[in-house]
Amino acid sequence: MQQIIFFFIRNKNFLLFALLFFISFVLTLDSHSYHKSKVVTSANFFSGGIYHIKSSITNYFDLKEQNELLTQENNRLRTLIENGGRMTPAGIIDSTLLDSNYTFVTATVINNTYSKTKNHLTLDKGSNDSLKVDMGVISPLGVVGIVNSVSGNYASVQSVLNTNSQVVAKFKKSDHFGYLVWDGLQPNIVQLTEIPRLAPVALGDTIVTHGRSTIFPAGVLIGKVLNFDRPDGNDYYKINVELFTDMTSVKHVYAVSQKDAPEIKQLEKAVQDAEQ
Amino acid sequence: MQSNETLVNIVRFVSLVLAQVLVLNHINFMGYINPYLYPLFILVFPLTGNKSLLIFISFILGLTIDMFGDSGGIHAAASVFIAWIRPVALKYSFGVSYQLNTLKISTAPMSKQVVYIVGMVLVHHLVLFSMEIFNASHILLILKSALASGIFSVILMICTILLFSRRSA
Repeated sequence: MQQIIFFFIRNKNFLLFALLFFISFVLTLDSHSYHKSKVVTSANFFSGGIYHIKSSITNYFDLKEQNELLTQENNRLRTLIENGGRMTPAGIIDSTLLDSNYTFVTATVINNTYSKTKNHLTLDKGSNDSLKVDMGVISPLGVVGIVNSVSGNYASVQSVLNTNSQVVAKFKKSDHFGYLVWDGLQPNIVQLTEIPRLAPVALGDTIVTHGRSTIFPAGVLIGKVLNFDRPDGNDYYKINVELFTDMTSVKHVYAVSQKDAPEIKQLEKAVQDAEQ
Repeated sequence: MQSNETLVNIVRFVSLVLAQVLVLNHINFMGYINPYLYPLFILVFPLTGNKSLLIFISFILGLTIDMFGDSGGIHAAASVFIAWIRPVALKYSFGVSYQLNTLKISTAPMSKQVVYIVGMVLVHHLVLFSMEIFNASHILLILKSALASGIFSVILMICTILLFSRRSA
């Protein structure tokens, strides 16, 4: 007995080290699995609060640039109303009333990383503003990421610049779809995989989201084809896509939720269970 | 004296964390290079201080950085690791006499300081980037990131030590 106690006392530093290292290792493993980085996140009142103070100071530095972005978006939406909105009753210009399946919540990015292989953003809205896990996050120019953890007043978003991210994307001109992933190299270029050989691909083609995943509405802009190739004997293209959104400077974003998402998911799950 | 030392360490902890998460994490030199200054806390922790306490504080320090960066436990793992090997690094760089309470990091010869800092920073960054990238087939990327960030971290740490060391006459 005494031997055991002596052993513990003699090796207490190593044992403490081993225990804490093991805990860190488990936390790291946890953060490497898709959609599970929930134990230690910046979406809590402490780090969220500090980022909030910081962004309330630094907000003023890029007001001009952000205003231009918002004007651009207004311009795009106005064109949309002018061209497609003829059928709508006069006076209704709020697009959320027209297609009430989707609800949008505006939020401000208070922390953003883009230089690591697994990048996250922190938003200044949380569950009190009806943000939920698995909501899509889009900027005025395109897709930004998916909410993966929320607290009362803050939310953490898994950026598209995260090697764990997978967004279902398709061509604007056809319905061939594939998965958008990131190889971790450049913050403005992502990869579109699993586009079949049959699909017509050209430089500059616009890539948009596919409505299939219930996270993003169909047709949200993503980027344009920068270059592509298909190794001989391979059935799928490897396409580099240049993002429309400058991920190194996103400020004002919208979190999107689909009202029917739980119903669709439930139905799909029921079908899957029945087939097993 | 004792409480003074504790206070200095608390202030050092808070200011290093804030400097790291608010300024240094956003430098992104050449797209991906960020210096890591916070391990300085572990490097200059009182040499005769309690080793178990240091390992535990390092864990908290790393976890705080992880919380701000949404990075799981990579900084915690790297910090705990260098806190554990610190006695070996001290003995290797300064000789056995470091335990005699007379040595201060900032007053030791420059060459010994550099050996100590470079060794510790390199080990820290290697653990950090192996955990972050977590893929043996990207070993070159790990080495490249560790080296690039390491150079900046070392320079920044030496500057910080020079800036804050109280010159004895």
